[in-house]
Amino acid sequence: MTRIGVFCEEKDGVIKKAVFGAVTAARRAHEAEVYAFVLADDAEMFRLPLQEYGVEKVVAVAGVNAPASPDRQAEALCRAVDDFRLDALLGVASAAGKDLLARVASLKGAPLALDCLELDLSSGIVKKSHFSGRTTAVLQLKGRPWILGIRPNVFPAVAAPREAEVLTCRPPVEAPQRMAIREIRPEAAGGVDLSEAEVVITGGRAVGSADNFQILRECAAVLGAAVGASRAAVDAGFAPHAVQVGQTGKTVSPRLYLACGISGSVQHFAGMKTAKCIVAINNDPEAPIFGKCDYGLLGDLFEVVPALTRALSRRKESKDA
Amino acid sequence: MRIYVCIKHVPDTAANIRPLGGPVFDETIKFIMNPYDEHALEEALKTREKTGGEVVAITAGREASAATLRTALAMGADRGILVKTDAYFTDSLETAHLLRQAIERDGAPGLIFTGKQSVDSEGMQLPYRLAALLDVPVVADAVAFSIAGDLVTIEREGEGGGREAIEMSAPCVVGAARGLNRPRCPTLPDMMKAKKKGIRIIDRAELAVPDGLSKVEVLDLQPAADRGCGVILKGGPEAMAEELLMLLEEKKLFSREADGGR
Repeated sequence: MTRIGVFCEEKDGVIKKAVFGAVTAARRAHEAEVYAFVLADDAEMFRLPLQEYGVEKVVAVAGVNAPASPDRQAEALCRAVDDFRLDALLGVASAAGKDLLARVASLKGAPLALDCLELDLSSGIVKKSHFSGRTTAVLQLKGRPWILGIRPNVFPAVAAPREAEVLTCRPPVEAPQRMAIREIRPEAAGGVDLSEAEVVITGGRAVGSADNFQILRECAAVLGAAVGASRAAVDAGFAPHAVQVGQTGKTVSPRLYLACGISGSVQHFAGMKTAKCIVAINNDPEAPIFGKCDYGLLGDLFEVVPALTRALSRRKESKDA
Repeated sequence: MRIYVCIKHVPDTAANIRPLGGPVFDETIKFIMNPYDEHALEEALKTREKTGGEVVAITAGREASAATLRTALAMGADRGILVKTDAYFTDSLETAHLLRQAIERDGAPGLIFTGKQSVDSEGMQLPYRLAALLDVPVVADAVAFSIAGDLVTIEREGEGGGREAIEMSAPCVVGAARGLNRPRCPTLPDMMKAKKKGIRIIDRAELAVPDGLSKVEVLDLQPAADRGCGVILKGGPEAMAEELLMLLEEKKLFSREADGGR
């Protein structure tokens, strides 16, 4: 039997979607027993969605959210890893997931691989990007427990319903005095989370101004997409760094990626090359992105993007009718 | 205050990486300072301007890493330390042990800056590992930094552009993200001056770090598959838009959104 824990990130009482991909991956271990860990005082509300994906035990790691402090949460999760004698702890390599998994691995001196693209939970061999996605590294993890963060959207979620048991553990974690979250400023409302978005539309320098990003936002609204920007667009002040896609920004792995007015540098590809389908809109037939996309639309983004928005709206209306 | 900045000598991100079997790749390419480490160093230099003291750039790597230490000295670091290793890839835990030993031998850190990740192995864990070994607090992904006495305030970005302000006590480890600052470019006189600054070389064998600490071994490097040239659509904007949607629907790449979305 292999005991696999999955750290389940939640937001406002809803488990993040990419977590179910991690649960599905965990289930593939030899005779897997899958434990889902939620940082909450009670996990009953998370039982239904998690048992749908084959979790056997839903564990509330209680008493760590008030006041929230990353090192305290990590310490509690470490205790849970020990108490449940886990062979591996999986999670999603989101901003919060990466932080917490790295803290747990460091406290335990355990092997850690983040942003994994493939996992073999019997051998401890994982694949992940090296050199900005230019190569894929095959890594061997040595010594238990393995701590693994998966890249969002890469692992499909497959349902496997069963009855799950709900438990609560309350690790005796002292509140350390050396770190505290003082303020949380939430993101602007209505935006789709970039790292986990299924559809992403990004603009490059050719978009020309911050105001012009509005045509991308309009298209995104119909597509249900998150809006991102290339480094050139961020450097030019058209978009905030928080939405930069690429090597020194966010890594995205959506089902569909639309690059508008982006030439397609290696650094940009480092942040989006695992997208299932890449569509490029560019008026330069020589743009490198046309050499490595699935569909290229040769044309002016100021004409093509609004045309796309209109075509999408027409479809939506005819379906709604 | 003594500020340590951990930096890494990495291949230029635009360089063509040619795997040569196992963890070996053709190293006759251009190397640079890891881009995130430039932000770490810049923040250390700005902090020194306010608090006074000394900025020490430190790296663990092959002898060639001295070139990147030189760049750090040209940017304004006071001196450098190179922990010399044989292998190109040293896993994060081992690197953290080497850096910790070298730092503790050198002096008491008031602050430690690192990049939030390196662009070669993309491990994203060195700041955490180092902090755990030094038993100090850590925040990575820092986009704002300030210090008043012993109190360090960091802002970090969450998903979707939200921000968190975190307070911790120095000494601590800060992992720099790109939004933190704009790194300075060394001038020619800076580079000349850097030649006179000292780099201390410590052989890995001199440090009491046993072999076999490594928890992650690189078995192989595989060239990532390029998707190759796809279908290029031409014509009027409306026609291209319609054609694209048809192609995407055929591949079921977007049916859910057309149904009204999530």
